[in-house]
Amino acid sequence: MNFNLTKEQEMVKTLMRKFAETEVKPLAAEIDENERFPRETVEKMARYNMMGIPFPKQYGGAGGDNISYAIAVEELARVCGTTGVILSAHTSLGAHPIYQFGNEEQKNKYLKPLAEGKYLGAFGLTEPNAGTDAAGQQTLAVLENDHWVLNGSKVFITNGGESDIYIIIAMTDKKKGTRGISAFIVEKDAPGFSIGKIEHKMGIKGSSTSELIFENCIIPKENILGEVGQGFKIAMQTLDGGRIGIASQALGIAQGALDESVKYMKERKQFGKALSQFQGLQWMVADMATKVTAARWLVYNAAWRKDQKLSYANEAAMAKLYAAEVAMDVTTKAVQLHGGYGYTREYPIERMMRDAKITEIYEGTSQVQQMVIAANIFK
Amino acid sequence: MKIVVCIKQVPDTNEVKLDPKTGTLIRDGVPSIINHDDKNALEEAIKLKDKYQNVHITVLTMGPPQADVALREALAMGADRAILVSDRAFAGSDTWATARTIAAAVRKIGEYDLIFCGRQAIDGDTAQVGPQLAEYLNLPQVTYVKHLEINGEKVTVERALEDGYEVLETTLPCLLTTIKELNEPRYANVRGIFDAYKEKTVEMWTANDIKIAADQTGLNASPTNVKQTFTPSPKGQGTILCGCDKDTICELMCKLQEKHII
Repeated sequence: MNFNLTKEQEMVKTLMRKFAETEVKPLAAEIDENERFPRETVEKMARYNMMGIPFPKQYGGAGGDNISYAIAVEELARVCGTTGVILSAHTSLGAHPIYQFGNEEQKNKYLKPLAEGKYLGAFGLTEPNAGTDAAGQQTLAVLENDHWVLNGSKVFITNGGESDIYIIIAMTDKKKGTRGISAFIVEKDAPGFSIGKIEHKMGIKGSSTSELIFENCIIPKENILGEVGQGFKIAMQTLDGGRIGIASQALGIAQGALDESVKYMKERKQFGKALSQFQGLQWMVADMATKVTAARWLVYNAAWRKDQKLSYANEAAMAKLYAAEVAMDVTTKAVQLHGGYGYTREYPIERMMRDAKITEIYEGTSQVQQMVIAANIFK
Repeated sequence: MKIVVCIKQVPDTNEVKLDPKTGTLIRDGVPSIINHDDKNALEEAIKLKDKYQNVHITVLTMGPPQADVALREALAMGADRAILVSDRAFAGSDTWATARTIAAAVRKIGEYDLIFCGRQAIDGDTAQVGPQLAEYLNLPQVTYVKHLEINGEKVTVERALEDGYEVLETTLPCLLTTIKELNEPRYANVRGIFDAYKEKTVEMWTANDIKIAADQTGLNASPTNVKQTFTPSPKGQGTILCGCDKDTICELMCKLQEKHII
C-alpha cells in the first residue's frame, strides 16, 4: 500500500493550484454574480491540455490518469465550484462515454477534439419525468433509412448551450424497457436540435444548465454510441465515472472553505485574541479538516481503482455521497466561523455554501448513492 | 537553432519564513521552484521554438539530485532535452566556481547558438553566474534583456537600465540574461508533465563527465568568503496624510522640515 502521489501527480497538483489561484479565482465572484459562463477559462484549460487528462494522447488527451484528473477538478473547485463542474461534466460525461463505448471513427471524429478542448462536451439523460428514475425515458429515437430521428427533451443539462457535442440517451424500443434505450452522439447544429430554457440556480451560477429540445432532430445513422439497446448501461457506467468528478468537485469546495476559514481565524480578533486561539472554534476546525481528509481518500481510492481497472462503482458512490455531505457540512460551518461577514458577498464563503449544495443532488442524489451502496451490500 | 537555457532550482521565497531568533531562513518544508528570471529565459526560448522551425532547447542546471523536478517542469513547459550536472565535488561552489562548472557542461553539449540565463536567483541575488559563464565561454553577452529580436545571425535586444533602456545589436552565438519584463512565462502543460516523466529522461552528468578537475570546482575553488549575513532592520511605517486643506499641508511641510528634506 502506498499513499503517496506519484511525481507527475504532484506536479499536476502544483500546476493546477497555481492555475486555479491565478486564472480562476479572480473570476469566481464575478461569474457567480453575473451567471456568466467563463469561456476564457475553458480556452486556457484547452491550451494547457487540461480538457482530456485521463485519455490517451492518440485521442488528443494528456495521457494521464484518473487521480490526476480528480486532482485537477479538486483544485479548480477549491477556488470556483463552477469551473470544477465544467471540467468534470466535459471530461466524465461528454468525452468519457465516447472513449469507453465509441468506435475508432467516433473516437477520431469526436473524442479527439473534445480531449484537445476544441469542443466542449455534455451529457443528456435527465428528463422532466425521468430524473432519479432514469429508466423512464420519453425521448424517442427512430431509425429512418440512413438516419435517426429524435423527439423529446432533456432538462438540467450541465454545459448545455455551451457545448459542441452532446451524448443523448433516448428510447429506441419502449417494449424492452431499460434494454430498449440507446445512446447517441449529437452535434450542436444537428437539424431539429435547439436549446430551451436556461436555469437560474442557487449555486455554480457560472456553469450553464439548460433544457435540450429535439424536434424531428436528424442525426447520422453512425452516430449511435455502442449497440442499439446498450444506452442504459452506457448511461449508468458514465455516471459511475462522473461521480468521481463530482466527488472531486465537492472535495475541492470543502477544502477551499476550510482554507478560507483557517486564514480568517488567524486574522479576525475578538475579545483581544485571534479566533484561532479559541478552543471551541479549534475543535470545529479539527473536525472539518478530518472530514475533508477522509473525503479525499475516498475520492482518490475510487479514482485509483478506476486507474487499476478494478471495479469502482461502489467506491465512486461512497466517495460522492460522503464528499458531498462533507462539502455541505464544512461550508456551512465555514460560514458560521466567518460570522456576519460569512453571510455577505464580501467573502467567498456564502458562494461556496451555495455551490456545495448541488453536489448532493446532481449525477445521482445522495439517496441514489445510498441505493447503489446498499444494493452492493445486500446483493 | 540550438538554445541552451540555464536554470536554478530555488526555495519559493513567498513561502520562506525567517527564524526570528537567529535571523536565518527556515527552509524546512518550503517548496522548490524554478527561479523566476530563469522561467523568463525558458519562456523566451520556447517562444522562439513556437516561431521558428528546427529550434532545439536544452535546459541545464547544476544542483543536487532533487533539482530533477525543476528540469521535468522545464520539459513539461516545452524544453527538448534536460541535463542535471550534479556531483558532491561541486558542493560549496560560489558564482565563480559555478560558472566554470556550467561552462564545462556547455562545452560538453558542444553545439549552441544561443544561451539564456535568468538575470539572478532569488536565493543568492548576485546576477553573476550568467555574465561569468559568457566570459568563460568567450561569448558576447547582453544582460537585463527586456525585448529580443533575432534576424538571421543578428540579435537585437533592448537592455533595461534603471531609468530607461538601450538598444544593442550582437550576433549569434551569444549569451543573454533575462528579466521578468521580457515575457510572461507559460504554465507547464498537463500532457507535457506526463511526457516529461514517461517519455523523456533527465541526463545526469558528474564532474568526470564534464571533465572538470576537483580543484576547479566546489568550495576550495571559490574565492568568495561570506563574512557575515544579517537581516536589515525594518524601516518604520510611513505616514499617509490625506486632504488638501491648509492644516494637512502645514503638517506635511513640518514633517519634511523635520527630516531636513526641505
